[in-house]
Amino acid sequence: MGAKYKTEPLKCWDKAKEIRLNYYKNFATAHEKGGLRWAGGAWSFDAIPAGLGDDVYPLTGEPYGAAVAFNKDFALKCHEAVEKAGYARDLCSYMRNYWGSILLNKYVFGGEFPKPDFIWQDHICCSHAKWYQVVRDLEGKDIPMHCIDVSVGPYEELTDNKLDYVVGQMHDGIEWLEAVTGRKYDDEKLIRAVHDHCRSESIWAEVCALNKTVPAPLDEKTMYSLYVHGTLNKSSKIVADFYEELRDEVRDRVKRGIAAVANERCRVMSDTQPPWAFLSVFRYLEKYGCVSVGSLYTFGLIGMWEIKEDGSWGPRKTPQEEGIEIKDRDKALRILASWELNKPEWQHFYFPQLKSEMMIRIAKEWKLDGVLLHYNRGCEGLSLGIAENRLALKEAGFPVMSFEGNMGDEREFDEAQTMTRIDAFMESLDFEKDVS
Amino acid sequence: MNVAGIDCGAKNVKALILEEGKIIAKSSVFSGFDQKAAAKEALDLVLKDAGLKKEDLSHITATGAGKEEVSFSQGTITEVGANAKAINFLFPSARTVIDIGAEEGRAIKISEKGKVVDFAINEKCAAGAGTFTETMARALEIKLEEMGALSLKSQKAVPMNAQCAVFAESEVVSLIHTKHTKEDIVRAVHDAIADRIASMARKIGIEKDVALVGGVARNIGFVDSLKRDLELDLLIPEDPEFSCALGAAYAAVEKAKGG
Repeated sequence: MGAKYKTEPLKCWDKAKEIRLNYYKNFATAHEKGGLRWAGGAWSFDAIPAGLGDDVYPLTGEPYGAAVAFNKDFALKCHEAVEKAGYARDLCSYMRNYWGSILLNKYVFGGEFPKPDFIWQDHICCSHAKWYQVVRDLEGKDIPMHCIDVSVGPYEELTDNKLDYVVGQMHDGIEWLEAVTGRKYDDEKLIRAVHDHCRSESIWAEVCALNKTVPAPLDEKTMYSLYVHGTLNKSSKIVADFYEELRDEVRDRVKRGIAAVANERCRVMSDTQPPWAFLSVFRYLEKYGCVSVGSLYTFGLIGMWEIKEDGSWGPRKTPQEEGIEIKDRDKALRILASWELNKPEWQHFYFPQLKSEMMIRIAKEWKLDGVLLHYNRGCEGLSLGIAENRLALKEAGFPVMSFEGNMGDEREFDEAQTMTRIDAFMESLDFEKDVS
Repeated sequence: MNVAGIDCGAKNVKALILEEGKIIAKSSVFSGFDQKAAAKEALDLVLKDAGLKKEDLSHITATGAGKEEVSFSQGTITEVGANAKAINFLFPSARTVIDIGAEEGRAIKISEKGKVVDFAINEKCAAGAGTFTETMARALEIKLEEMGALSLKSQKAVPMNAQCAVFAESEVVSLIHTKHTKEDIVRAVHDAIADRIASMARKIGIEKDVALVGGVARNIGFVDSLKRDLELDLLIPEDPEFSCALGAAYAAVEKAKGG
């Protein structure tokens, strides 16, 4: 079977790469420009340190860990260094890649590992709570650290008291930032960053929603290189503007019927972080005309969603679109906290069934033939409950293939066996390899 | 019409010829390092046994871990799909197939038409596969073929906790040193594999009847352990290690008929 649809590369691809590389370079060279470096998780409220100035550069740990994972040789050196230092090999593999870089004093983007000036973290899982504590052990106790506890339960159970609890920590955090950096905090910059934060996340959801189209304008392997910007610095104008440009291009692809996979005849989604060193899995699917249109992970880690009038999932309206005016710090922080606690990926830390409901919604609305579940040994947080998700998806009538692996430690992934498993799954769905 | 199914497995290559849907010849050779040559040897042997030439075959379908190495095949099918076809033909009442080969254990749920509904395969681990028993036989200094009968003579169940072939071997050594009988240790090995396989099968939901195939199905001790664990009887074909080759041959029939 030959090509059914036209396909073409993304025009904004090079820009996506450039923004990402500049981000890592800016962190490394921040001091040369008189700026500051902060480190923390990709789930951190990054709009808040933005109030310290435009020369304050973040390094988020998870995408850094993924970048290391993509470089198999360096990742292995990191794992060995971490194990030699006495840490267990079944800990979060992103965290181990990050610690390994510190121990080796090597930045995967070149040069020595840049030491942060302060740590700005929030606690979404056990690993996140310990990650930067160990960073301080390794880098030096002189690095100040502020952590925000966000364990307030799922969004549907959010109360004013719970919101106050998180917002209160944010207020404390701003005072702490002023104290440890000696800089005066600028609320106008905070308000601008909160707007850009919401804009980035709403537009990314819009991009993902466009993938409901048949043929899908984007495949998940490509989406990994695009959603990453939201994990790096979602509150920056650069990212929000880039997502607008991307959204416009994807809209145009939909209008012109441009497909990600020219022979698309089967649609699946994945789940959790992929084994980064083996994204070849997604190209292998294409041999069957199978496109992975995304996942709750790619849609919901950055994308912010709401149920539209017709009952379907669509991008959440930003505060600006809702006509909400942000005039002061407290309002900005309350909007930021409330917005972020609604993040889809945040919900299933509490109940697996919340994740199952969202996955079934995606399977239906994105017109899927099946689901590939990655039992990711590298991430306890996002893999917890995944076997229950499998059962729920099957009960809802969606065929599921599961495979074990690790997002950041290739020693726990068997490429040949995974491909064999894909063969059996595709065969069971009555799809044959495209030999043309 | 004559067709052939070739199962290029991790340890042995099995070849089988069907004539008008009936098995007329079978062969099995050691896979070795050159699977291509082993596959050819298996085909030559089975053709000789059937008194046929390669040109007499309407279609050849390959399966198994080395299926892509079977250069003379006209099509391939996965082990999961092949087992589903074979068991649906041999035991139409079967809804679950458990296949334990040298390096992989699989559980497959099939429909009444022999279609794969769900499946599970053991992960990056040898503890649910035939190689595990071979390693344990070596540790116990007994022949693999002796394990089944020895196991049935066991007088008591000895728990074996290891879920890894490497650690299990050291556990076997510990059991030897603590003066457990060989019979009890062999049963412990079989119980451990059965536990792992049963757990994998439960993941997809066990539905009766249950068929057991693959070379390990010849081990009566293991079969006994698995029956006890699953608390049900098992349907085992006469030549359980030829199940995949048979399924591949049925796939070849479908292809030859233009399916």
